[in-house]
Amino acid sequence: MTAPPVTDDQTTVAPVTPELEQAAIKAESRRGFFISLPAFAYLVVFFVIPLLLVFVYSFATRDATGLTVLEDWNLESYKRLFSPLVLEIFLRSLILALVTTVICLLFSYPFAYYIATRSPGARNILLVLVMIPFWSNFLVRTYAWRVILGSDGPVSQMSVALGGEPIRLLFTNTAVLIGLVYGFLPFMVLPLYAALERMDWRLVEAARDLYADGSTAFRKVTLPLSMPGVVAGSILVFIPSLGAYVTPAILGGAKTTLLGDYIVSQFLAARNWPFGSALSFGVMFVMLLATIFYFRAGAKTL
Amino acid sequence: MSNPAVELSGVTKRFGDEVIAVNGIELTINDGEFFSLLGPSGCGKTTTLRMIAGFEFPSEGSIRVHGAEMGLKPPNERPINTVFQSYALFPHMSVAENVAFGLEMKKVEKSEVETRVNRVLDQVQLAKRADAKPSQLSGGMQQRVALARALVNEPEVLLLDEPLGALDLKLRQAMQVELKDLQGRVGITFIYVTHDQQEALTMSDRIGVMSEGSLLQVGRSEEIYERPTSRFVADFIGDINLIDATMDGSGSAHLGNGVTVGVPAGEAAAGAEVTLALRPERLALYDLDEEIPAGHNRVKVRVTRRLYYGDVYFYDVDAGLGSEIEVKEENRPGVELYEVGEEAYLVWSPEAANLVLG
Repeated sequence: MTAPPVTDDQTTVAPVTPELEQAAIKAESRRGFFISLPAFAYLVVFFVIPLLLVFVYSFATRDATGLTVLEDWNLESYKRLFSPLVLEIFLRSLILALVTTVICLLFSYPFAYYIATRSPGARNILLVLVMIPFWSNFLVRTYAWRVILGSDGPVSQMSVALGGEPIRLLFTNTAVLIGLVYGFLPFMVLPLYAALERMDWRLVEAARDLYADGSTAFRKVTLPLSMPGVVAGSILVFIPSLGAYVTPAILGGAKTTLLGDYIVSQFLAARNWPFGSALSFGVMFVMLLATIFYFRAGAKTL
Repeated sequence: MSNPAVELSGVTKRFGDEVIAVNGIELTINDGEFFSLLGPSGCGKTTTLRMIAGFEFPSEGSIRVHGAEMGLKPPNERPINTVFQSYALFPHMSVAENVAFGLEMKKVEKSEVETRVNRVLDQVQLAKRADAKPSQLSGGMQQRVALARALVNEPEVLLLDEPLGALDLKLRQAMQVELKDLQGRVGITFIYVTHDQQEALTMSDRIGVMSEGSLLQVGRSEEIYERPTSRFVADFIGDINLIDATMDGSGSAHLGNGVTVGVPAGEAAAGAEVTLALRPERLALYDLDEEIPAGHNRVKVRVTRRLYYGDVYFYDVDAGLGSEIEVKEENRPGVELYEVGEEAYLVWSPEAANLVLG
């Protein structure tokens, strides 16, 4: 219970009428709006307006010198999205993002399960360990992989020491995959952990009591109930993987372009802003579809 | 099935080196019996139940179900089902799917699963809500789903862990009757864990009272209530006055205030320190000039408090024994009331008292 507001002017305190109640509710909602105003303003200026600009540019034309002309609005850039080259790049990126997501999921689930079933003290230590990589710069960490995966790096040396051939992983799609899985693993572990940590283990006991063996109880109870974590983690890994730029740029080869560096090259090297913009919106559209699909699939199990 | 439903022998459970949750329990539960494990929280009753179910394994000892040793068998290999305190209904499954779960795990044929699920849902009057999710049901309905989910498997033994704890009083009382009736109909052995002594007395064929990991007394409801063998059991079950006394010889003892009273003849020798356990409803107040029944004890007391409960009056009276004695008088027509400060005789039959050693 909150104490009645103290006012100097006692005459303004009157019995409540529906009108006064409505006015109070409106005032409360106005206050909520005003305190969120800085965040709103920031997002409008630095996110919504630039996004609209990109959208507008995607219908513009590029003149012979590479300058974008804001007239002759057309759909040419969008038509180009369906060219064989773009589709090939898109397919390659899509497969890489899907494989990254699946590997992250397979690695993270048992790990998140392990953390969630430890004592509270051990949980915190393990969670900190998951987050420690964030304390150093992502670029630096990705460069470290160059050393590890390089032709005279530890991976290759180990292979030679065991009597095999030197392994050259750097500048291949495998290197990109390793880098992506490494970079996005925590984004899969944390939502899965959150879902499993909330898990009511008595439900698993109930399943065991009703004649389910350990693996059946997992399949019928634990897994479906942790689906929200699976969905959230998959989205958090899949979407940035699909548009990843830094990891492919550092670990990937020049021959196998992915969506991220293809878009960047349109803005910088090719100076084709309308096509770069259309590509960006194409990717965003696919991400939106994927997100809706994931949520639908996740919701079905609940 | 001539073997007892459940036999526990030498069952002990330790957690770590320090904690002994259950200490050397010896217990035989008969086939078709409604048996309650009663005790305050932390007494080891739930741990005992969990060991029978197979969620915990005893540190040592033997648990047999109809003669078969359970050993380290996991819960899914035991002919036992549990109704959980929290119900533990699967939130992502409908009522019917919840109930069908055990049968499906046992690979019962689909058509038979359907028949049995429908039958049991009829029994608990939830046939109309078969497609609802547990979260759409009231607490009482969820309780019945949990019960149906266990009963549909026709287990040899049904374990119930404070299944009525979360319900409000009226519903709890209705469910007590319903459960007892149901148990009579299906004939399955029920092991019921509760801390509510009223519930245990009402429902059980026999009760086992536990305290600090040990089983103190096992007996029919009446035995537990009328003839507690220890101070703890006397005190835990219902209201009771515990009065220290010293034996004078067989059949009589003197109280702290010097009054000599008759007590039931027992094995206590003269000079032994005993506790007289007296239920408030076995005590009566008489006027100082009123004639008391022959052979009854009488102690002069002063009324210090009178509480009105509707159906009864509770008196606290001071007999000069240090602590006050509680008297329960039925609110029958023409009952004579005593005012605070008034003097009266506290009267009881020697047979009404119970001698508890130590």
